[in-house]
Amino acid sequence: MSKIVKLKKGFDLKLVGKAPLEIANLASATTFAIKPTDFPGIQRPKVLVNEGDTVKAGTPILIDKAMDQVIYAAPVSGEIVEIKRGDKRKLLEIKILADQTITHENFGKIDLNQDRDALAVKLASTGVWPNILQRPYGVVANPADSPKAIFVSAFDTNPLAPDYGFTLQGQERYFQAGIDALAKLTKGKVHLNVDGSKPAPAIFSGVKNAQTNQFSGPHPAGNVGVQIHHLDPINKGEIAWTVSPFGVVQIGKVVLDGIFDASKVVALTGSELTKTGYVKTYSGANVSTFVKGNLNSGHVRVISGNVLTGEKVNLDGFLGFYHNQITVIPEGDQEEFLGWLLPTTSKLSFHRALGMFSFLNKGEFKVDTNTHGEERAFVVTGEFEKVLPMDILPTYLFKAIIAEDYDEMEELGLYEIVEEDVALCEFVDPSKNELQVLVRHGIELLMYS
Amino acid sequence: MKALQKLFDNLKPNFEKGGKWEKFHTLYEGHRTIVFAPDLTTKAKGAQIKDATDLKRVMITVVIAMIPTLLFGILNVGEQHFLAIGEDATWVDKALFGAMSVLPILIVTYGVGLLTEFIFCVIRNHPISEGYLVSGMLIALVIPPHIPLWQVALATIFAVVIGKEVFGGTGMNILNVAMTARAFLYFAYPANISGDQVWTYLADKTPVDGFSGATALSVVYNAGVQNTNAVEALNQHNSVIGDGLYSLSNMFMGWIPGSIGETSTLMCLIGAVILIATGVGSWKIIVSGFAGAYLMGLVMNLLAVNEYMALPPQYHWVMGGLAFGIVFMATDPVSAAQTETGKWIYGFLIGVFTIIIRVTNPAYPEGIMLAVLFMNVVAPLIDYYVVKANKTRRLQRATV
Repeated sequence: MSKIVKLKKGFDLKLVGKAPLEIANLASATTFAIKPTDFPGIQRPKVLVNEGDTVKAGTPILIDKAMDQVIYAAPVSGEIVEIKRGDKRKLLEIKILADQTITHENFGKIDLNQDRDALAVKLASTGVWPNILQRPYGVVANPADSPKAIFVSAFDTNPLAPDYGFTLQGQERYFQAGIDALAKLTKGKVHLNVDGSKPAPAIFSGVKNAQTNQFSGPHPAGNVGVQIHHLDPINKGEIAWTVSPFGVVQIGKVVLDGIFDASKVVALTGSELTKTGYVKTYSGANVSTFVKGNLNSGHVRVISGNVLTGEKVNLDGFLGFYHNQITVIPEGDQEEFLGWLLPTTSKLSFHRALGMFSFLNKGEFKVDTNTHGEERAFVVTGEFEKVLPMDILPTYLFKAIIAEDYDEMEELGLYEIVEEDVALCEFVDPSKNELQVLVRHGIELLMYS
Repeated sequence: MKALQKLFDNLKPNFEKGGKWEKFHTLYEGHRTIVFAPDLTTKAKGAQIKDATDLKRVMITVVIAMIPTLLFGILNVGEQHFLAIGEDATWVDKALFGAMSVLPILIVTYGVGLLTEFIFCVIRNHPISEGYLVSGMLIALVIPPHIPLWQVALATIFAVVIGKEVFGGTGMNILNVAMTARAFLYFAYPANISGDQVWTYLADKTPVDGFSGATALSVVYNAGVQNTNAVEALNQHNSVIGDGLYSLSNMFMGWIPGSIGETSTLMCLIGAVILIATGVGSWKIIVSGFAGAYLMGLVMNLLAVNEYMALPPQYHWVMGGLAFGIVFMATDPVSAAQTETGKWIYGFLIGVFTIIIRVTNPAYPEGIMLAVLFMNVVAPLIDYYVVKANKTRRLQRATV
């Protein structure tokens, strides 16, 4: 019953700075952080440790008092060096100085033949649970819920995205165990969606206990939200879960080995890195050891994640929980003489408006963070539809969110999308609106109404 | 460039909070962003890079697409003038004469329109939007060459204020701004924008004996009233200044009296090619607009209770402002239907209504203006049903 879906709408951004498939020889990070801001659904975060405490990988560090059975665990063993707060004492970062050799909390092997609810509670207590996200809303799933299906997108079509076949190689056993555990948690199916345009890497071929579907087409074909829309769309009142392939492996490790292993392979990408490639580190790693001394120029933006959905971090900031990629591009805070008028082939654009000849340029583009224009009201129509391969009317949905019209938001399909699904819309918008922030605002209106 | 940047930087403190021209901050930003694309960067969250195309580039594309009609219009104003007074003239003379009458109109539409826009931006404290780049050109192209400049100014102010700014500026308007200006003139000063005597700019010269300034549309309309063959009436019209003024091919080329930019179907099609190739104008609206006019022309042929109805439908394509209206007015994304399905319906109905108004309504020889304005008003209704269909699909899926 596997499905083959070919998508036509969308846009592939070809950028300079792709990571070659090799482990770069760079010093490893020494500090790591948990950032509550990585989890948009956390309502009342509570820190369970104090500065100076020592922890093991898997030790509970943080809980959400609104859903306290799910723990957020330390990615490494070491000492809590700082609990950083911002305005109004908002919790920003819990920093850990890592030990030379990482020790793990031992949860013991997990028996998959136990009761479903008991399994969910057990997994929630090990630190792997935040990998499981709930649709609608894109927030950490509630272990008490029973999802109609679980979706895993096995490829990433974002700009300069890491190759899962490389970052997860050799983890086949854990991946299968993770899928087995997920299959227990749902009454429906586990969908594994692979890239239909090339042969699946070893880790995703021959996976049992899941339905393998093939998706092909330009970005956002790899977005799990788009895949859900074409497989089994989410209606009002329904809940589906999504997990990244890395999350599946992490769940598999706690099932088979009884440890919370936050080690991951992270892609270093972007035009401003002298040396691109992959590095072995842990979740929440400090980016400075990978970036400092590895830059082509001084004035750069370091992004945790990719250029479409990632987040700006400081030179000594930390990798986001869900991110497995660091992108470094030039800052674009300089004016450009007649920049809105002169013809060019070197500026990346989805449009073909006057003088934009980038569609003739088959090479890779070097992009900076300039907005290339000021924010305006929506004027141009029909462009969002070209990059969103879903039966959704994006302009009307955005307007409904701006108007805070709850019924319209529901009826126009806000349950089906999260920020990443509209990232391309935000990129192509000639009116330069901040659509991802807008979508999160709409989701919060629906969640807390 | 450094010097220019420095000049702007030196002026900047005056426009900042507490500066002596603080209120005019938006004008400063508006001008600086025209010379220099701004140094704004993306926020910490959300897309970290943005497409290189902005609204300024989109709007200038439309302006460029209108340049062929403008240049042809200038030449044609001269051509019609010398034809009517029966003098020979070189192309240079014709172009100079045309420029003398068209450029003042263009200067007034841009000057007055931008001034009005600036005043609103300062009062309302919102950024200067680039939408008027297009509107200013459009207004000049849809009015006759002889029109008094004060009327142009008045119509421009009316269109900018009532057509756009009262709704909140570019992107918020319900009606096409340029069509609003033309409709204002049409109903406020009909003597200067309708009838037989307005389409050829004679200046102070007297026309040759027997000259008629009637447009093709009124020639056909009279043929309908007098029950003579419409195509023949067109072919024989104004034989005193040469044969075949209103032949199908001459009307397609555009060497006929009319509003400044609308006469040449060929130039409008060149504009359409630019708009479609750049993706700035919706090809769906353009194609369905011409299709709607043709099919309605055929339906009229079937009824054919008078000679106007019997006119072959291809004549409707080249007479009057249909081509200009469909290519440049109907494709305005703000006042058009905004859903892709809606665009087909919207364009088609503009074509249909234009022909209905032309053929059946003796008061308005040209139908495209009212058809576009009417469909501007109806477009949200079309979209409402398209959006509703989308919602219904989602709801039905839920119950399965």
